Amino acid sequence: MLEIHLILLFMIAAAIIAVEVRDMLSSVVAVGAVGIGLSLAFLVLKAPDLAIMQLVVEILSLIILVRATSHRDLPFSASGRWVFNTVSTISFILIFLVCAYISLLNLPVFGEPQLRELSKFYIDEARTLTGAENIVESIALRFRAYDSLGEATAIVVATIGVLAIARRVSIKGKADDER
Amino acid sequence: MSIYILCLILFSVGLYCVLRKRNLIKIIIGIGIMEYAANLFFILIGYRQEGRAPIYAHDQVINNMVDPLPQAVVLTSIVLGLALMLLLVAISIRIYEKYRTFDITKINRLKG
Repeated sequence: MLEIHLILLFMIAAAIIAVEVRDMLSSVVAVGAVGIGLSLAFLVLKAPDLAIMQLVVEILSLIILVRATSHRDLPFSASGRWVFNTVSTISFILIFLVCAYISLLNLPVFGEPQLRELSKFYIDEARTLTGAENIVESIALRFRAYDSLGEATAIVVATIGVLAIARRVSIKGKADDER
Repeated sequence: MSIYILCLILFSVGLYCVLRKRNLIKIIIGIGIMEYAANLFFILIGYRQEGRAPIYAHDQVINNMVDPLPQAVVLTSIVLGLALMLLLVAISIRIYEKYRTFDITKINRLKG
């Protein structure tokens, strides 16, 4: 699995660039590179539905982020407790990595998942029960249809929230003239 | 094993960005990177060596398929990540209009 290692190294490099570069537009473009790399990784890991979905979602979120950052640059300032902040952040991340490594020891080896009862049932019975050729879609739209319904509900709620936050006219009926 | 560690490093980059940076847009970017790493981790757990995509074909060997359940879960998670990012960006644009800055250390005064 050399290619997935290479894609992951590319994603890490792009993520570090996105975090550390000072120009906001370059940062947003670098995070777009991370998302496209994730789409490629899904393709290599045999998940074509997710690759398509990730590509679409990545482009949409890139457009939204560019809209947010255009003409709104922030001059970089490193005042304050720089040493304390950095040391506490890095020590927290080190603690997290140690705990995560301990829990990784109990996972199955990469490439040999222990298929549990549920996954086995889906793989064996999905075609006869739903008639769909694509198992992922048959799980998402038939076996777990209420999950998809909840997802649609969450998206509607998020859209209502965005409309409520971003509308120009306030409750009193006068326009916000901050802009 | 090494590939799980690379995935964890990607998550840590996002965590560092969220904890250390002071720009709201950078924090949103860090949350996005953490979300990518979590989605990738689900798919990595379900991957089977020399496996095939979970789509039926005529010459398909059943035992040789990757696990379809994490893929179906991540499919939901990706779309919800888009909704999350949209809401965060809307809130941060609103904060920018009110305070004229993205710096979280300067967003501390009460203003009616």
